[in-house]
Amino acid sequence: MKKKDRGGAEVNSSSMADIAFLLLVFFLVTTTIPNENGLMIQLPPKQPEDTPPVEQAEQNVFKVRINSADKLLVEDEPLEDISKLKEMAIEHITNPTGSKEFADSPGKAIVSLKNDRGTSYETFITVLDQLQGAYYEIWGRSVGLTADEYRNLDRKNPDELELYELAKTRTGLKGMSISIAQPTSTGG
Amino acid sequence: MAKFGKKTKASQEIPTSALPDIIFMLLFFFMVTTVMREAEVKVEQKIPKAEQIKKLEKKTLVSYIYIGRPTVGGFGSEPRIQVNDVFVYPNDIVQFVEEERSKLKEEEKDQLTISLKVDKNARMGIVTDVQEELKEANALKVMYSAPKGQNTANAASIIGQ
Repeated sequence: MKKKDRGGAEVNSSSMADIAFLLLVFFLVTTTIPNENGLMIQLPPKQPEDTPPVEQAEQNVFKVRINSADKLLVEDEPLEDISKLKEMAIEHITNPTGSKEFADSPGKAIVSLKNDRGTSYETFITVLDQLQGAYYEIWGRSVGLTADEYRNLDRKNPDELELYELAKTRTGLKGMSISIAQPTSTGG
Repeated sequence: MAKFGKKTKASQEIPTSALPDIIFMLLFFFMVTTVMREAEVKVEQKIPKAEQIKKLEKKTLVSYIYIGRPTVGGFGSEPRIQVNDVFVYPNDIVQFVEEERSKLKEEEKDQLTISLKVDKNARMGIVTDVQEELKEANALKVMYSAPKGQNTANAASIIGQ
């Protein structure tokens, strides 16, 4: 009998890459990288019905009202350009000139946001974004960072945590005091 | 150029034997990172953008509530609330939160974060109703989900007209 010429006993693996590619494309297409970004807020705990409202000195409160037509009223003045809101809030909270119209001290300042049931969510988010931006800006400025840099400080890193805490002690602002009041119900 | 002529002919092919390995590595990466969407979203989701966003660290602690106009027929055209796969009314939210909380580990139960994914055309009335129920359920960590960016135009001046 003639000896058979045995070639290498290899499995042909050239199509392996194709199979893997196919799977890869499938996962690439179905993957939705989850978007976990957003504006964090902490809701106040539920109060019993008969809790008397806490009175705040008029000058400490920065009032922002949004009506059902998405028009703004800031400190009882109409405001057309939402992007100015941040600067106004910063001025109110920090009160660099010691004016009687603005907050006594940053720690006492309260931002009161009240909207209507008919206010669009988009406007609400834009306004909330501005107000939160004001706080980050204040903290950032006190330690020489931009608002973005301050917001992205990693609190697990001791150096950055120190900076994070330093800003809070320097400004006297422990946290954001943005109060979102019960909405009015003229529209919606 | 006899010197060059003497060279043994090396194979001109690029070795591709490692290609499947590379592809497999990519494949595994995507397989591991893929999160299959748990619920099919049945409401409109054009989420307004924001600048001052924070990133959530632990995704297992997050539960989602979707609000928007239904995209499937038979549910009217007013914005509705969707949790998991169903449309609910605000008073069902307490139960939903309790269910979500029961899925978490004991020490993480108080860290439950509710991510609100709200369509930009929804009104604040429905959002407030949801928030009231969240307060009722003692789920106080809320995130208004928003991608980074600036809304294309001054929202108030467009919608207000």
